[in-house]
Amino acid sequence: MYSQGLIGSDTSSEETPEFLAAFQKRIDAEEKVEPNDPMPSGYRRTLVRQIGQHAHSEIVGMLPEGNWITRAPTLRRKAALLAKVQDEGGHGLYLYSAAETLGVTRKQMTEELLEGRAKYSSIFNYPTLSWADMGTIGWLVDGAAIMNQIPLCRCSFGPYARAMIRVCKEESFHQRQGYEIVMKLAQGTPAQREMAQDSLNRWWWPSIMMFGPHDSDSQHSDQNMEWKIKRFSNDELRQKFIDATVPQAEYLGLTLPDPDLKWNEDKGGYDHGKIDWDEFWAVVKGHGPMARDRIRDRRKAWEDGAWVREAALAHAEKRQARKVAAE
Amino acid sequence: MSNEVPLWEVFIRPRNGLAHKHVGSLHATDEVMALQAARDVYTRRGEGNSIWVVPSVAITASDPDQAAENFEPTGDKIYRHPTFYEIPEEVGHM
Ligand SMILES: [Fe+2]
Repeated sequence: MYSQGLIGSDTSSEETPEFLAAFQKRIDAEEKVEPNDPMPSGYRRTLVRQIGQHAHSEIVGMLPEGNWITRAPTLRRKAALLAKVQDEGGHGLYLYSAAETLGVTRKQMTEELLEGRAKYSSIFNYPTLSWADMGTIGWLVDGAAIMNQIPLCRCSFGPYARAMIRVCKEESFHQRQGYEIVMKLAQGTPAQREMAQDSLNRWWWPSIMMFGPHDSDSQHSDQNMEWKIKRFSNDELRQKFIDATVPQAEYLGLTLPDPDLKWNEDKGGYDHGKIDWDEFWAVVKGHGPMARDRIRDRRKAWEDGAWVREAALAHAEKRQARKVAAE
Repeated sequence: MSNEVPLWEVFIRPRNGLAHKHVGSLHATDEVMALQAARDVYTRRGEGNSIWVVPSVAITASDPDQAAENFEPTGDKIYRHPTFYEIPEEVGHM
């Protein structure tokens, strides 16, 4: 699922201008960079941070939906939600592996997350209050993630691009099952319709914030575009997402909660109202309604699993010792 | 005992007749767990019918700094390619 515009990165590099120019030439020729290739330290640092944030987002992203698995209304919905949450866990693992090729370990990244030092997508610091939220998340949050992730399949860093190709293949199911949930509710009883609309009201703005700050306010975007880590700016991706989503909402007969949303003939896209960036930054900094719970839950999962990890390691050592003794 | 769980590289054969292909990596304490995790992480949608797992430390890779010495000479050995040789058209396809 769930990448967000990169939050806070330092793209400065210490290498010589010749080195940087040679690297840029490779990038401009659309050559992929592989883990052992020479690369600017800023490029490496930016990727470790971005892939790490992306991986954490997948893992934390399992929590808001995991919250509803036991309460899914039918077996069909439960099976789908379970499969989706399992996918998100898988996405986290592909991404941690991609980051590890840059010389950071999954253990370090996990520790950073558990100690509250790592960022993850702001969207997961909102609570999932009703079953309709399972639909809205699939439709909007996975939908926004797809917009972000499709261009990442062409990212200049090979392992990240390859991980994204796998992820994107799996996302379409996430969005479609979500839209189907919302559609069922929108076509249901008045109470169900209301539940769908309420959910949309709560998730619309956080979803369009997922693309990150406006281009005019994001300092590192230019260097990341030049290195072809990013292919489209935050605002370009947000625009694509809004243009794709408006007709989907119209089909459902639901209203997007933005009175200023209207078609702009000149630009061939929708204009939207003002985004509450104070809310965005507050949530990114961990003041979202659920921020404390998310880290607490991840920590609990990690601690509760400690004996399993220890037992597995002890078992592996014992088997190894037996093997050696038998030789 | 180091409590870093070792890294494994995962290879999957999409179907009989094709070679196993590298798909990614994962952490597991031993080969049994590595195979189970590979099944869960990399074959959720019919990606293949056979999995290999190899400890990442067992792989020896060529040095990217020597890529030019290693691979560029083959570029000018054009006589290794069939199109280097002229065969008259009357002879037919060869
Ligand atoms: Fe997803």
